[in-house]
Amino acid sequence: MTEAFFDKKDYKPLDRVDGRLKVTGTARYSAEYALPNMAYAVLVGSSIAKGTIKSIDSKAAERAPGVLAVISHLNAIKVPGYQPKGEHPSEPSTQGQPLRVFFDNKIVSNDQPIVAVVATSFEKARHAATLVKIQYHKEEHQTNLEANSEKAVLPASGKKNPKSPTADYDRGQKDAFESAAVKFEAEYVLPTEVHNPMELQAITAHWEADDKLTVYDKVQGTKMTQKNFAKEWNIPEANVKCIATFVGGAFGNGLHNWPHETAAIIAAKQVKRPVKLVLTREQMFTMVGYRPRTWQKIQIGASKDGKLVAINHQSIGQTSSYEEFTESTLQQTRMMYASPNVSTRYRILPLNVATPIWMRGPGEATGAFALESAMDEVAHAIGMDPVDFRLLNYTESDPDKNMPWSTKYLRECYEEGKKRIGWENRKLKPGLVRDGEWLVGYGMGTGTFGANRNSATVHAALDREGNLVMHCAITDIGPGTGTAMVQIASNTTGISTGNITFHLGSSEFPNAGLQGGSSTVNSVGPAVLAACNALKEQLITMAAAKGNTAFSSAKPDDLMIDNNELQLGGKSSKTTLGDLFKQNNMEKIETTNESKPDENRNKYSMNAFSMHFAKVHVHPFTGQVQVKKIVCCADAGTIVSPKTAASQMIGGATGGIGMALTEDAVMDHRFGRYVTKDFADYHVPVNADVPEIDVYFVNKPDLLADPVGSKGLGEIAIIGVAPAIGNAVFNATGKRIRELPITPDKLI
Amino acid sequence: MDKHKSTEKPEKELSSESRRDFLKTTSILTAIAVAPATVAKAAEFNLGEKMSTAFETTPVNLTVNGVKKQLNLEPRATLLDTLREQLDLTGTKKGCDYGQCGACTVHVNGQRVLSCLSLAIMHEGQEVTTIEGLAKGQELHPMQQAFIKHDGFQCGYCTPGQIMSAVACIQEGHANNEADIKEFMSGNICRCGAYPNIVKAIQEVKNGGRKS
Ligand code: FES
Ligand code: FES
Repeated sequence: MTEAFFDKKDYKPLDRVDGRLKVTGTARYSAEYALPNMAYAVLVGSSIAKGTIKSIDSKAAERAPGVLAVISHLNAIKVPGYQPKGEHPSEPSTQGQPLRVFFDNKIVSNDQPIVAVVATSFEKARHAATLVKIQYHKEEHQTNLEANSEKAVLPASGKKNPKSPTADYDRGQKDAFESAAVKFEAEYVLPTEVHNPMELQAITAHWEADDKLTVYDKVQGTKMTQKNFAKEWNIPEANVKCIATFVGGAFGNGLHNWPHETAAIIAAKQVKRPVKLVLTREQMFTMVGYRPRTWQKIQIGASKDGKLVAINHQSIGQTSSYEEFTESTLQQTRMMYASPNVSTRYRILPLNVATPIWMRGPGEATGAFALESAMDEVAHAIGMDPVDFRLLNYTESDPDKNMPWSTKYLRECYEEGKKRIGWENRKLKPGLVRDGEWLVGYGMGTGTFGANRNSATVHAALDREGNLVMHCAITDIGPGTGTAMVQIASNTTGISTGNITFHLGSSEFPNAGLQGGSSTVNSVGPAVLAACNALKEQLITMAAAKGNTAFSSAKPDDLMIDNNELQLGGKSSKTTLGDLFKQNNMEKIETTNESKPDENRNKYSMNAFSMHFAKVHVHPFTGQVQVKKIVCCADAGTIVSPKTAASQMIGGATGGIGMALTEDAVMDHRFGRYVTKDFADYHVPVNADVPEIDVYFVNKPDLLADPVGSKGLGEIAIIGVAPAIGNAVFNATGKRIRELPITPDKLI
Repeated sequence: MDKHKSTEKPEKELSSESRRDFLKTTSILTAIAVAPATVAKAAEFNLGEKMSTAFETTPVNLTVNGVKKQLNLEPRATLLDTLREQLDLTGTKKGCDYGQCGACTVHVNGQRVLSCLSLAIMHEGQEVTTIEGLAKGQELHPMQQAFIKHDGFQCGYCTPGQIMSAVACIQEGHANNEADIKEFMSGNICRCGAYPNIVKAIQEVKNGGRKS
């Protein structure tokens, strides 16, 4: 049945279904709902990184015009879900717990939100916030990863589950590296990076009744948010509504509910009005997570002719003192290359900083920087082309899980990418190619990410005019979820895309997981498919019941709807939707369908793969790096929405340029405070930084992964880009920069 | 918050205290939250607040998207916050509030302006055009059409600013070649990374829709 799905018409590029709303300014984001009697909250953060609050002088703020409340731990209402650690023996807090805002006088990180000023206008709240005076008992803080690395620990997830990607891992012999003919060893550092979506994190919190909460919230999971706040406020889930119809980018920072959200909800309860709270750009660096600074060491052993013998890879990433944040930094090292001996050691280091959160490509992007740079270094050491070196160590099955791949078309990516970047112009020896006064270099990096799939449910209704309307709680932070789902529905039913609507972004809609981990199309797509097939089955039953014998043995796959007419096996059945509904005395038919991962997940290793090639120019005197071209090749299964998928790849490559060349959240450890905390100091790529980005999709379905055949795109779009650029810089200059970003000062 | 006030309260505090009492009595009404915005706005203020508001605000006349607006604004209100919070024109976005991202770009008397760096009272009598005022009724501006066609966005948050900037970029004569466009559009950050598609959209409009 699933095969037949692909006999149908190919997916064509489709303009974004919500494009018109976005280009006319009518799409409403979390801070853009005008509720009657709105109040505005502004947060005041701590100016120390560790200690306790001695006193808060809020008199002047309270007296300021328009101020409704100045809220801190001194006067905040009790949040029922704030149980002190250990009070709930049923929930062992081995992994810590999120920061409980306004709970006590403890300071655990710099710019921790400690006071909310609520006023009748934003201007009044912002002004009054400057009048709050806070005194502290300061304690010595630790924020420096390198200085504290000996205190790094194995995370609880790794201790508990030896199969976890964070657990210690040894394949083959532990000391195989020592006896390898070619031995390479290096350390790599990735600085703290910040998601910095263009939309500032915002929430509008509204208690519609004492026990009924609605939040318009910038999140990547409406159901997650509903559950968390229901628990936090000890009210039934049905009483919490989370609306996130439009999300102005997130890149991972909406995968966690943060203290500012609870602060707004407390404030709304306390002043008995809807409260809007929008973080400042500075607060985006300290209150909603970041990609953790990570130190890595890699050892690669190989034979003289380039066969891998051993890879040892260790990493230490920072986390907060109150939550254990982990990511799969070392996972790909275990499965990407055919090395008989592999060891990984993943550690985290709790510091007096706020909790990190997965940032696009998360740990895999961090790990790939080390692994793919090191692979390039070894290829150079043995005088091999880095693509040939990878092909020589290509894995035909997953050496970590000992399972066949569901699909892997990475070879196609290597071949196509080489052609498109002009790899033949690359010289093995660095520093030989010039364009005028610029040094020219070529580099590549591989990416991989699990083809994740969660269960998801879609409600679909079809009316007699042939309008198909679907609902699902999933969010769209930018990739074009609605567009992709409309395309799947159109392909499955034949109904033209203009007659299909996909409503998303509300916890009121049927269940879906988070929009994260490249799992949306793989999870929600199959539910759309199931719902469409269920509708078709209903139509067939209706037609057969009315004596239309042609339908009595028909299957959903035989049926398509063409301009409201039912077609069987590509031929007209001379029945229209209108007739059929009228005969059956119905206005519309509807269905709710869940789709879940199946047992194939236990038999196959399912992964998306990507290959990024970069061409750079480096100025020999100024050290300026210009990325001249990037080629992104993706083996992501079926490409459901070619237009938005290409944009997603381009966006990932752009993020990779930032990672490689500019992004660096610099902390002044004397204060435990960032010195780069806006776009003037923390540089994300701008238009002039981004060259032509050429995207190639293998576009072969992986029907073992899910019935849509999709493997996910969001993460592999960025994983491998930074090392591709770093490797190109090496090829241009002969200089290897192992601590990102590669800024001019490091090259001259 | 210190609820036990002594007798020597300054006048301002008295008024804010009585406002709080008033709020308490109206909280049931406001909790229903079905009142039209104007009614709710009226209920929001008590006398003391009204007095202080009268002292704190200044009358400002703006023409926004062709419509004359008589506003009473705090002098410190930015044009951006005025559009978003007072006029419910939320198409203009706040991405930084410091003039670093371009999300808040509008046209004032036909020129692109960062509305977060500009106080509303500085624009007395001037014509402000926001993204909401760019289309002619149902008919989109060619730049809006081109952004849709070339997928010049993902999340859409930077998009109104990009489009307002793009329209101005052509009018300024800064869209004659790709390098110029990239340079003169670099004040508008797109974290989703839609830049190459934005450039294509601008080129198409600049060339009168010929470039596909
Ligand atoms: S909000 Fe005005 S430039 Fe960023
Ligand atoms: S479209 Fe998301 S920031 Fe530009």
